[in-house]
Formats: sequence, C-alpha cells, structure tokens
Amino acid sequence: MVKKEMIAMLLAGGRGSRLGILTSKMAKPAVPFGGKYRIIDFPLSNCINSGIDTVGVLTQYMPLKLNTHIGIGIPWDLDKLEGGVSVLPPYEKIEGTEWYTGTANAIYQNMAYMESYHPDYVLILSGDHIYKMDYQSMLDFHKENNADVTIAVMPVPMEEAKRFGIMITDEHDQITDFEEKPEHPRSNLASMGIYIFSWKAFKEALETNKDTPGLDFGKHIIPYCREKGERLFAYEFNGYWKDVGTLTSYWEANMELIDTVPEFNLYEEYWKIYTNVESLPPQYYGRSSKVERSIVGEGSEIYGEVNSSVIGCNVEIGEGSVVRDSIVMNGARIGKNCRIEKSVIAERADIGDNVVTGEGEEVPNETEPSIYRDGLVCIAEDAVIPDGVAIGRNVCIGGKTVREDYPDGQLPSGRTLIREGDEK
Amino acid sequence: MRAIGIILAGGKSTRMKELSRKRAVCAMPVAGSYRSIDFALSNMEYSRIQKVAVLTQFNSRSLNEHLSSSKWWDFGRKQGGLFLFTPSFTSENSNWYRGTADAIAQNISFLKNSHEPYVVIASGDCVYKMDYNAVLEYHVDKRADITVVVKDMPADVSVERYGTVRMDQDGRITDFVEKPIVAHSQTISCGIYVIRRRVLIDLLGRCEEEGRFDFVQDILIRYKDIKRIYGYRLNDYWSNIASVEDYFNTNMDFLNPAVRHYFFREYPEVHSKVADLPPAKYNVGVSVKNSLLSSGCIINGTIEDSVLFRQVYVGNNCVIRNSLILNDVYIGDNTYIENCIVESDSTIQANSYYKGENGIRIVVEEKGERYNM
Repeated sequence: MVKKEMIAMLLAGGRGSRLGILTSKMAKPAVPFGGKYRIIDFPLSNCINSGIDTVGVLTQYMPLKLNTHIGIGIPWDLDKLEGGVSVLPPYEKIEGTEWYTGTANAIYQNMAYMESYHPDYVLILSGDHIYKMDYQSMLDFHKENNADVTIAVMPVPMEEAKRFGIMITDEHDQITDFEEKPEHPRSNLASMGIYIFSWKAFKEALETNKDTPGLDFGKHIIPYCREKGERLFAYEFNGYWKDVGTLTSYWEANMELIDTVPEFNLYEEYWKIYTNVESLPPQYYGRSSKVERSIVGEGSEIYGEVNSSVIGCNVEIGEGSVVRDSIVMNGARIGKNCRIEKSVIAERADIGDNVVTGEGEEVPNETEPSIYRDGLVCIAEDAVIPDGVAIGRNVCIGGKTVREDYPDGQLPSGRTLIREGDEK
Repeated sequence: MRAIGIILAGGKSTRMKELSRKRAVCAMPVAGSYRSIDFALSNMEYSRIQKVAVLTQFNSRSLNEHLSSSKWWDFGRKQGGLFLFTPSFTSENSNWYRGTADAIAQNISFLKNSHEPYVVIASGDCVYKMDYNAVLEYHVDKRADITVVVKDMPADVSVERYGTVRMDQDGRITDFVEKPIVAHSQTISCGIYVIRRRVLIDLLGRCEEEGRFDFVQDILIRYKDIKRIYGYRLNDYWSNIASVEDYFNTNMDFLNPAVRHYFFREYPEVHSKVADLPPAKYNVGVSVKNSLLSSGCIINGTIEDSVLFRQVYVGNNCVIRNSLILNDVYIGDNTYIENCIVESDSTIQANSYYKGENGIRIVVEEKGERYNM
C-alpha cells in the first residue's frame, strides 16, 4: 500500500481572465513570470522544497501549455517512483460528464486519486500566486492545534482588507468567524487560498456537499466545516506573497524583481525555484548594447538598450532599440531602432524595426478598460507587429498584424487590435 | 543502434597550469554554461548512440559531479545508458590506466557485452559539433578498419602538439606522427575514431600481450601499414582545450557571432547539466559590451570583451576586460581585472588589481567568507 502523510492538490484550471490576452491560449498558472519561470513553478517548487512529493494538478482551461511544461515533473524532481506529479483533467463518467464546476467540486471529482495515496492530510493550493512558503511548518501548526482545517492567512493593511476573505481569530489562532470582502473588516488577516484539511473531516465535507452546484472551498466547504463545529485555525504567513491576478499587478510583481535587493529574492541558494528549461547558452551583449536595472534570461542576444525590464530566455533585441519598464517573454524578437515602453510582450512575439509602443495619451481601452489600463501595452504570444508603426497606451494586440491594420502607421491609445486567422 | 561510444576523459594536462589543480580537462567550464565533455556527450546523443562509457581517472571529482545524472544528455534509458569507468583494483589488476588503449582494455567487458557492431571513440576535451554517423558511413564506404577524424589546420597554426597525418588520394592514412618536432603536414588528428567493435577487442588483446598501452602509438601508428586506416575530414569548428592559451581562445571564440550562432542557434543544441539558476541581474550603473554572461550572475560594474560563467557577482565600480570569470566567483567593489582567467569559487577582495601583462594571468583565490547575497 502506498501511504503519503500529506498530498497536495493544485488548482490550475482557471483562466484568469483579468490577465487579458495573456491567458487567451493558456491557463493563468502557465503564464510566464520573472524572465524564465511560469506562475505554477512557485507552488510546485514550494511543494518539493517542503518535502511534499505527491501533487495532483487539476487542469481544465487551455491545458496544453501546462501539460507540456509539467511533463512528468522532472524539473521539480517530481518524477517519483511513488507519487510525483499527476495532471488531472475532467473526465467522462458513466453517470454523465461534467466539467469542474467549482474548486471543491474539482477536488471531489478526484477522490479516487487522493484515496489511492491514503493521506492523513490534504493540502489545497492555487496556481496564481508568487511566494515561497514551507507547507511543512504549516502542517506542524495544523498538528499542534489538532485542527481539522488550517487556512493560511496573511496580515494586510486594514484599508485593503475589504478586498479579501477575512478571518477573525481568537488569541489561540482559532478561527471564530470569517467574512468575504467585508465593508467594515473586523480583522486584517486575509485568506491566501491555501488550506490543509485532515482527511476524515475533508472527505466528510466533500461527500456531504457533493451536490451543491459549483462547490467551492471559500463559499461552501469552509462555512460547512465551521457550522459543523470543526476546529478551524489560521496559520499566519509573513513572507512575500503576491497576487498576480490583474495585468497591472502582474506587471508590478515582475518589476519588483529588478530592485537592487528585491523583496522577493530569487538569488538565494535556499528554497530554489525550479522550472522547465533545457540547458541554454549564455546571453550575449553587443558592442553598442546597454543594460541597467534589469534581469535577463539565458540565450538572449541584446544589441540595443534594456532598462528597468524583465527579459526572458532566447529574446533578441536589435541594435538601436530601447526597451524600458517592460516584460519581454521567452523567444520574443524586437527589431532595430524600436522604442518599447511599459509593454508586456508575450512569448515568440515578433516586433519589426522602428516600432514605437506605449507613447501617446492616456485613453481608456475600448474593449476591456478594466484590464488594459495604467498605460500598459499588451502584445499576445506569436503576435507580429510590422515595421515602422507607432502604438499608443492601454493597447492590446494579437495575431499576425500587417501594415494595413495601422492607418497612417498608427494604433492610437486605447485600441484593441486582434487579427484572427493566419495562425501557423 | 550501430555503435556504442567511448569518451576518453582521463587526461592530465600540465599545460593547463593551475586550472588543472581542481579538475580534469574534460570538466573545464566552457562558453559560459557548459563543460568541455558536454560537446562529446551531446554529439553522442545526437548521433543516437545510446550506450556511452566515460573513462576517467585523474582528478575526476568535478567530472563525476557533472555526470551524476545521465538524464541531461538523455542517456537515462532502459536501453544503453551512461557508464563512468574509473580504474578498478581487483585481484588481477592493480594498475591505473597506463594509457588510452589500456583504459579501454581494462574495461573490455563493456565492449564484449555490447552487441552493436561499431565503436566511436572520442576525447572529452574538444569543442565541436559532429554527427558521428557521417563518419560511420564513410568508414563503411571505405571498408576501413579504423577511421580517424582529421582537420586541416591553417598554415600559420603550429601543429606540433597534435598528431599529424598524411593521406593518399583515397583518404587512406599513409603517415601518422604524434607530436612532431618538425611537422610535415598541417592535417591533424582530432582524436575521434570509428572502429569495428570486434577489431578493437582483437587489437586491444594484442596490445595487452605485448605490454603496450597507447591507442595512438601502439594501434594507429603501429598498425597503419597493415590495417586500412582512413581519415575523415572535419571542416566545421573544432578546438582542443589542451593549454591555457587554447582554453582562453576557445572561450573567446564564442564572442564571434559565427561561432556563437553555430553552437547556440543551429540544430543540434549542446546539452549540459541544468543549473536551475535565476536570470542574470543588472543593477544601476552597469555597462556590458561584447560579452557573454550566464544565469545567476549579479552585475554592478563594467564588463567588456569577456565571458562570465554562472553565478558571478561583480561589485560596484569594477572593470573587467578581456577575461574569463569562471563559475561562482565573487568580485568585490572597485576591482580591475584584465587579460585574466579567474578560477571558479574565487573571492576577489574589494579594490584589487589583476592584469595579465604578457599573456593570460590565472587568478586563483580562496573562497573564504563572503557577504551572503
């Protein structure tokens, strides 16, 4: 019999629609972060660094990129003889087929997977945060308190507390009450969406509530556990934890990595973050290149100027081009004499020569003003931008665009340009 | 599979000076992110040779560490695999490897237990890309007993440290001189051989009886008149890391776009052990020109015409020119380094000055205590 004390279930099926075109072809956990990583690398690395070697990854929305990235888990040493990583998509059943309708519903549908490891505890994770956390010490806390459910919480400024699910605790960290996005918060402990359940209470809660539509941890399972009188505890986490749910917060979190001593330090030997990259060659800088306040991935060739930016692997930046306050992901190419400002350029995007982005007036985006904002330019993966065009702010571009898409060589601020078809 | 592979990685090179104190030449870091043996291993991988033995004995700790997992070169398979053979003292044998032929002979069971008809022998200290199948086809075509990969060196290059060959019209080697005092040919042996497995077993057996141990002297040169030994010309980049100058120049070759693109951008890629290091980081006041930098570096100063290997820290106001900085070197503030090779794990104190005046200076410093990043 295979026996694991604690297994992790990682919810990676969500789209993350507030990341706009970045998640048009991949689930949010697959979105690149910090030059060479993807968001899911952080919880996966936390798992193996915490000694958790059995991880079920629940996928649903656009899973191809996640599947190829995770593979059999080699980069995280999760290719284990027993356990390791398993990708768990929704599947057909005799009594009918259903998608994952909610976070807890997705977990419930994989009861057989979890039971095969006979766990004492189950750790529930989501794949949309950037942080380093030792789940083992959270488990120790859970055991010390003889808890049925432990929820990781993070103190947030009181004025921001109304954006989160807030836990109210007594002096022993036991949760006495909680409220979702309260108008007048009674505490500043925000739930991080990370839970440890003791198996018996967990299974019972899932079985009892299995017919609730859209079964969700925050909305149904946790309230059910509290009403039933289970022991709920709040585990306070004080490290770096960043939600990258919106395009703006995603851009900001990337930019924080380039501070001289960043709050989130990738350069420590302890608690390494692993990702799926092959061995890549070093990066090259040309004779007239300039680079400052930036991080740059392996294999990139920089002939122009890079300032305050996060550059991925195998990126090419042509001579005379200036890239500032931007994120350029793996395999993207920027031609010569471009001016790229405050742009998010996704993987393998191809930008011609003499292109200007992120200059112009501050006009809200015409289609998704709440996503493409704060002056950001967002260019989708595999997009093509022709030579010599000027692109404004709060702009979104996708597909293989041609000169005719830019009247007078311009795409003014606030426009969305998605060219369908012509996919390779 | 038609061939098994043997990589000779045992060589001790006094011409590498201080750089060989820590490691065998095959484990020398090359081109920022690689070790020299990665080139031969990657060639084996792309030639679809699945069973490869690495023969090593001198200062092999670093090499062993690098080869601790065979998965980076895709040798972690049920079929074949990567074998690391160091001298093994038994009741019959208490010798080190006394030469290249002896090294293979001491592991004759590796040859005998294989079923592939051919053996590709390569040395682990050369930087090149090659599909060994092309040599194998040539070998079969010529009905050769042994095929040696050779290269025509430019007339201005001194070849006295290589083995030189002369070939007839058909490509058969008529003359083979090891390290000639006066070279009569600019065609050199690249240390890559293809030979039928049975023939190799037979020749090694004869050498053993006669107390001969060297593959070049006692097999190639001794048998050249009675065996059909052919030369296969390699026309692409090839470099042998045998001396400090070679090592320095080979690394600097990668600053040349043609060489860099040939190795880094063209198929097949060179594989190495994955280091899982974060992207290189550049702080305020940095200037980097015509240089290669690897992952995990943190840069504050000025870098020109240099190759920085992994995890190098360069402090404020430093200037590094025309130098190689090997893995995990810490360079304190206000330091000037020119025409140097800085050995890995060195900690350079702030306000230091190192300059190679006549040629390349090798800098080796203790790791000591460091400010922890």
